[in-house]
Amino acid sequence: MQSAEILLQPGVFPRLLQGLWVTVWIAGVSVGASVPVGLLVGWLMTLRNPIVRAVMRVYLDFIRIMPQLALLFLAYYGFARWFNWNLDATGACVLVFVLWGGAELGDLVRGALTSIPKAQYESAYVLGLGPWQTFARVILPQAVRRMLPASVNLATRIVKTTSLAVLLGVVEVIKVGQQIIDVNRFQYPDGTLWVYGAIFFMYFIVCWPLSIVARRLEKRWANG
Amino acid sequence: MFDWTFVERYAPFFVSGTLMTLFISVFGILLALAVGLVCAGVDTARIPVARQIVRVYIELSRNTPLLVQLYFLYFGLPKLGIVWSAETCAIVGLGFLGGSYMSEAIRGGLEAVPDVQRETAYVLGLSSMQSLSRVVLPQAVSTAVPGVVANVIFLIKESSVVSAIALADVMYMAKDLIGMYYSTYESLFMLVVAYLVILLPVSLFGTWLERRFDYAKR
Repeated sequence: MQSAEILLQPGVFPRLLQGLWVTVWIAGVSVGASVPVGLLVGWLMTLRNPIVRAVMRVYLDFIRIMPQLALLFLAYYGFARWFNWNLDATGACVLVFVLWGGAELGDLVRGALTSIPKAQYESAYVLGLGPWQTFARVILPQAVRRMLPASVNLATRIVKTTSLAVLLGVVEVIKVGQQIIDVNRFQYPDGTLWVYGAIFFMYFIVCWPLSIVARRLEKRWANG
Repeated sequence: MFDWTFVERYAPFFVSGTLMTLFISVFGILLALAVGLVCAGVDTARIPVARQIVRVYIELSRNTPLLVQLYFLYFGLPKLGIVWSAETCAIVGLGFLGGSYMSEAIRGGLEAVPDVQRETAYVLGLSSMQSLSRVVLPQAVSTAVPGVVANVIFLIKESSVVSAIALADVMYMAKDLIGMYYSTYESLFMLVVAYLVILLPVSLFGTWLERRFDYAKR
């Protein structure tokens, strides 16, 4: 049990927090960039054009069926050879998370947009609103309500999935943890348990508030 | 460019990796279903202390990544004297993560059945066992199936992470062959094919199952 002191060594906790910051940064950038991509994909999916539809279908299904780790491999190893495009590990992660988040969010946007009854559009026109006003004042507020709880849940999943970045060699919280374990191998042979335990709770503390927000929104806007 | 003879030579590796992925996934999913059933049961039956424990477990398991859970099981637990093989860790990890997702799906199904249904069953003279098996469960299953199927697919995908604790699954094979022979095209091609072969049938079967079980909504 005295191995728990490894966490109290000078520099250990601040370093873990620095690692966590890298994790949160990748997740934040990915979630942020997913929003415009998702809106665009969602809008494209509501179009009637058969070619656009087919392309979106293939894009969404492929992203849905491949494990995120496989997508990371495709981006990190594959792109380097296909296009001579040497993404660094962080770049590959952000690219994959944006493509994945954009696809999932796009499907939520599509669902929300198509679930709004036609009568809403027609009533807005009858009341004299222009097409842009109709979208911004009538359709969007309702669509956002319908998709927000699931979108916040998606954000939690993106934060959790950034843990895979370590497998491409990004120095984030897990990698920092491994370094701390290695350095203190002789002084604290049982450090593994405590360091991985601490990382476990760090992820929990980042993701849990998001889960709570999602659940609150779901309850409040159940029949929005 | 693309080397078919390489694919032919190393396809058996990918087949064995795919079998490992399937093995871990099947047992992990079964464990997740068992955990999920127990948790959903405890939660809907409102058993005092057990219910709070279940809630804590669900929050912990849903809000932490599988990779960290696996590292904790595989590298951390031996320090407490609990030494499990990589296979056991992978199955327990998937069960731990999937249990909470399954529980939410099953609970959703049970809660979707209105109380009136149970009361009506009693009034009609059915015993509590009969009302559960003939009235409540069939309707609960119909609501729970889409969620359970989505979780099955989610867990098979998540199983790709077990390569990180040196389990020779399909992900591990791809990484190995890229590292040894720089055979990026061929390895990634076989990786994509392997996951399509596993997940497309599951996804199609899931859609069929949903249609088969949507009698409550008709």
